[in-house]
Amino acid sequence: MTFTTPQIDWVPLTPILIVLGAAALGILLEAFIKAPQTRRLVQVGVALFALTSAGAVAVAHWVTLEGAGTIVMRDMVTVDRQSIAWQILIVLFAILAALLYADRTKAGEGAFTPLGAAAPGSAEETLARRKGLELTEVFPLLLFATGGMMLFTAVTDYVFLFVALELLSLPLYIMVSLARRRRLLSHEAALKYFLLGAFSSALYLFGAALIYGATAQTSMVGVGTLIPLIGGNDPILMVGVVMVLAGLFFKLGAAPFHSWVPDVYQGAPTPVVAFMAAATKAAAAAALLRIIYTSVHTLGWELNILIWTVAIASMVVGTVVALAQTDIKRMFAYSWIAHAGFILVAVAGFSDEALSALPFYVLTYGLASVGAFAVMTQVREREADGTVAAEAPRLGQWTGLGSRSPFLAGAMALFLMSLAGIPLTAGFVGKFVAFGAALSVGAWPLALIGVIASAVAAFFYVRLIVLMFFTDTPDVVKDAVAIDETPLARAVIIATGVSVLVLGVFPAWALGLSDQAAVFVTGLAGS
Amino acid sequence: MLSLTWALIAVPLASALVLLLVGKRGDSWAPWAGVGASGATFVVGLGAYIELLSRDASDRSHHQHLFAWITGGELKVDAGLLVDPLSLTFVLLVSMVGTLIHVYSVAYMAEDKNRRIFFAYLNLFIAAMLLLVLADSFLLLFVGWEGVGLASYLLIGFWNYKPEYATAAKKAFVVNRIGDIGLIVAMGLMFAAFGALDFETVLGGAAGASEATLTGIGLMLLLAATGKSAQFPLQSWLGDAMAGPTPVSALIHAATMVTAGIYLIVRSAAIFNGAPTAQLVVAAVGAITLIMGAVIGMAKDDIKKALAASTMSQIGYMMLAAGLGPIGYAFAIFHLVTHGFFKAGMFLGAGSVMHAMKDQVDMRRFGALRGAMTITWVTFGVGWLAILGVPPFSGFHSKDKIIEAAFVGEGWQPWIFGGAALIGAGLTAFYMSRLFFMTFHGKARWTDDQHPHESSWLMTVPMIILAVGSAFLGLILASGDRFATWLEPVTGHVEHHDPVLSIPVIIGATLLLVALGAFAAWRLYGAREVVPVATQGSLATIAARNDLFQDQINEALYQRPGQHVTRMLVFADAAVVDGAVNKQAAGFLKWGESWRRLQTGYVRSYVGTILGGLLIVLLIVVLGGL
Repeated sequence: MTFTTPQIDWVPLTPILIVLGAAALGILLEAFIKAPQTRRLVQVGVALFALTSAGAVAVAHWVTLEGAGTIVMRDMVTVDRQSIAWQILIVLFAILAALLYADRTKAGEGAFTPLGAAAPGSAEETLARRKGLELTEVFPLLLFATGGMMLFTAVTDYVFLFVALELLSLPLYIMVSLARRRRLLSHEAALKYFLLGAFSSALYLFGAALIYGATAQTSMVGVGTLIPLIGGNDPILMVGVVMVLAGLFFKLGAAPFHSWVPDVYQGAPTPVVAFMAAATKAAAAAALLRIIYTSVHTLGWELNILIWTVAIASMVVGTVVALAQTDIKRMFAYSWIAHAGFILVAVAGFSDEALSALPFYVLTYGLASVGAFAVMTQVREREADGTVAAEAPRLGQWTGLGSRSPFLAGAMALFLMSLAGIPLTAGFVGKFVAFGAALSVGAWPLALIGVIASAVAAFFYVRLIVLMFFTDTPDVVKDAVAIDETPLARAVIIATGVSVLVLGVFPAWALGLSDQAAVFVTGLAGS
Repeated sequence: MLSLTWALIAVPLASALVLLLVGKRGDSWAPWAGVGASGATFVVGLGAYIELLSRDASDRSHHQHLFAWITGGELKVDAGLLVDPLSLTFVLLVSMVGTLIHVYSVAYMAEDKNRRIFFAYLNLFIAAMLLLVLADSFLLLFVGWEGVGLASYLLIGFWNYKPEYATAAKKAFVVNRIGDIGLIVAMGLMFAAFGALDFETVLGGAAGASEATLTGIGLMLLLAATGKSAQFPLQSWLGDAMAGPTPVSALIHAATMVTAGIYLIVRSAAIFNGAPTAQLVVAAVGAITLIMGAVIGMAKDDIKKALAASTMSQIGYMMLAAGLGPIGYAFAIFHLVTHGFFKAGMFLGAGSVMHAMKDQVDMRRFGALRGAMTITWVTFGVGWLAILGVPPFSGFHSKDKIIEAAFVGEGWQPWIFGGAALIGAGLTAFYMSRLFFMTFHGKARWTDDQHPHESSWLMTVPMIILAVGSAFLGLILASGDRFATWLEPVTGHVEHHDPVLSIPVIIGATLLLVALGAFAAWRLYGAREVVPVATQGSLATIAARNDLFQDQINEALYQRPGQHVTRMLVFADAAVVDGAVNKQAAGFLKWGESWRRLQTGYVRSYVGTILGGLLIVLLIVVLGGL
């Protein structure tokens, strides 16, 4: 048996290598820097530096790239314009998330528990808090997850994709469990996420095995070239494809694979939710596009039925159940599920437009949700003795925010309007191009359902706006809810708010870039 | 100066913004800044005129592309300015009369504590009006069109602490909206027919379009013109618009903005030339309005409202001329220019009188003012002779041409239109002479606290300049058909047509009717004593005093039924639309509540959901594949 060393073109991988290298460095720093405050500063610095330089390298690569891109490792990894675009988005979201990770309240407390290993409410935890310990591993974890997501967008092999999937998932499971407040809820969320994640990974892996069984191939392009020969009637191939996609739908949060989303959103620390909402969505959408466009699109009609079903289920479940929510994070969780449906609407019919529409769409969605979660870190409960405690989760606690903090309420209203797709916000343009992609291939029933779902969804978005601006603050809320003011979260709110407005009013430039992203080195695009 | 045309709009607009934003600090210098901005437009306009004049007649059109404005699907509109003899005529009229009125306003508004805002609005008007006439597309014209509407609304309601003034502003706004819909629909039709909105494509392609399309566009443009120019049937707002300060009435509601409708029609000549029916309607609207305005003017005792009725009537003349086709376009614009001078002059005279008489507007309380206000009397007198059409004053040259042109044609049309124009001339002579005699002659009927005096030089100088224009401009422009030749590149060359009556007969009849009208007015109001309180009068007088019941007709025909429809719609909205939506919302909420229960919190049930979902999806895929 001969074994040939793979030829690897390292240069296009530089952004991913920077991020993963910095993550490894961060783990080392954990061991060598003892003083918690210094360590925290160094970790924040390393993370931000690594992310910005990775972003800069990726942008430079985009600018200097001639043609569609490069095959980095045969059949395994391809860095093309499509994947670079997604990587830039993921890095952007990671930078915003890192700022939220590093933020701390006026009382000086971060979003993460000082000692993740301690049992909630135990003596060790109290001691750790008193000693001012810092759980700075979250920064390397963030970098690992980011690196995994970036890789996720570029992988072109079913088995290697599984590696990237686990690389991005495992850090997320840990980070979900590290909330400073409501520790039990956080642990529960992490456990559920882990169990369900493991289950869906198993589905994915089993699906990949079935595909291999049917085609003797693990490369996406290889499978894609064989499908027309085998045909869509082969049950092993069909079941395999459905299970592989089910694993991705799980990450994307599409119904009926969505049940983890509300619980995880509710329990996880808010910065982690912000990161997941934006970056996981981007990574999952990118991988989904790559699998569909380079590999399984040749299934045609059968695949389309699957996408239509899941898209409709996601939009309906997401919007309808969101109506009944009283917890703001759960409401956003269901909105996230609905947005998974909107993404699938764009994919339906496999139009070329979807390849350019989705990066823009996920950008608008990610900016608005990161901004909204940043606002959530500012609205907190106040305990009887006057200390500011955990974030205020119930919608009722947001009553009258407009008069107490016009800035926060105004920003939140802007993000909500963008998520609802009101014109002159980025979300409108995003929905416009996404639904336009579906219309271009005649999938108008889906687009119609999408528009109706958006209209229904507007109800619960606007309900929060009405609560914030047009309802008087009850005294109970006035006393029990405190407005925090932390510089980093405010910076994130301003940055995302301005971007949402700019992309809403002058979308042409970003849309033009997004158009250029509609390129795969191999596969359907352009053909 | 042609390359500086953008400054014609930018300078007054910038000045308006500065004056609005600068706050009270600017109160001291605001009036002169306003005058400066307006004066700058006149200088630039004059420069452009000289430059254009040095070119060949065939080359007198300068198109300045500004920026790509709208690119949406098939609609591409660039913002650009078109300087040609027609637009430049308006630029010169607007900037010159505008500047004079700015100067006049410095004195007229000296006591008003909000004069900074007043000058900001005036500058805004100048900018919008110049944009309207310089635009190179109907869409950009529409921006200016709305801009002058906005400025007009703001200035009519400038003293909006008086509820009836605020109501007048609203009325002008609402009536104008109806006209604006016409312009919007016209643009829609143009886009459907020509796929563009710029003058070049639309007017250039008009010759190839069907007559039905052109008639539709033409009628919609006419609707727009009737709203802005206070023509029948959208004339009712102009009288109430006199609520604004008098300089505003002079500038916006006499000399410039109300003539925008004429500009629109003359600019769209290519469309109307291909739509004889639309042209006929234009002429008919003009004829009706010119008689209507004159009749209303005969009974008004409010000096400004009488002048407003006269404006309506005079614009009716222009509309009639514009409806006559190529033979009338140049004369419509010619009369527009001379009218701009003499009517603005008379409005300023009326303002001067009001200034002297403590804002009294009832002519029955005037009389014998010629002694107290000699300059006002003389300048107003020149304007009066001009509007009567007494040779050699300006109005004679322009109005007489319209009457002659109205008598050109075949069949019944020349007799109807010519007759209306002829009778209108007689009526004009009567009501304008009535106004003049009641104000300046006869016995003084002043109230005790009124001590009339001549106004300051800031007010009299603009009046004198306008009076000079009213006296000689017509003669200068008419000699050798100078004005018609100047406009020829836009309105087209016209062969001479003979009227159905010979020209000396027409001139003779006109002058005879004018003399009769003026004489009747002298007998009734000059020589006889005028009672300070109006008597009941005949049925006809009552009708005319009430604007021929236009408000009552509007109320009965549109407002009342409109209110009923609105009430019905509100009811239907609450019962049907809201009812359905609320029921649906409640249904969705219940749905959400029931599905929410699926979210049990147990991992085992979540896994069940995923697995069940996967099986269902598989089933759907397999079944769908069969």
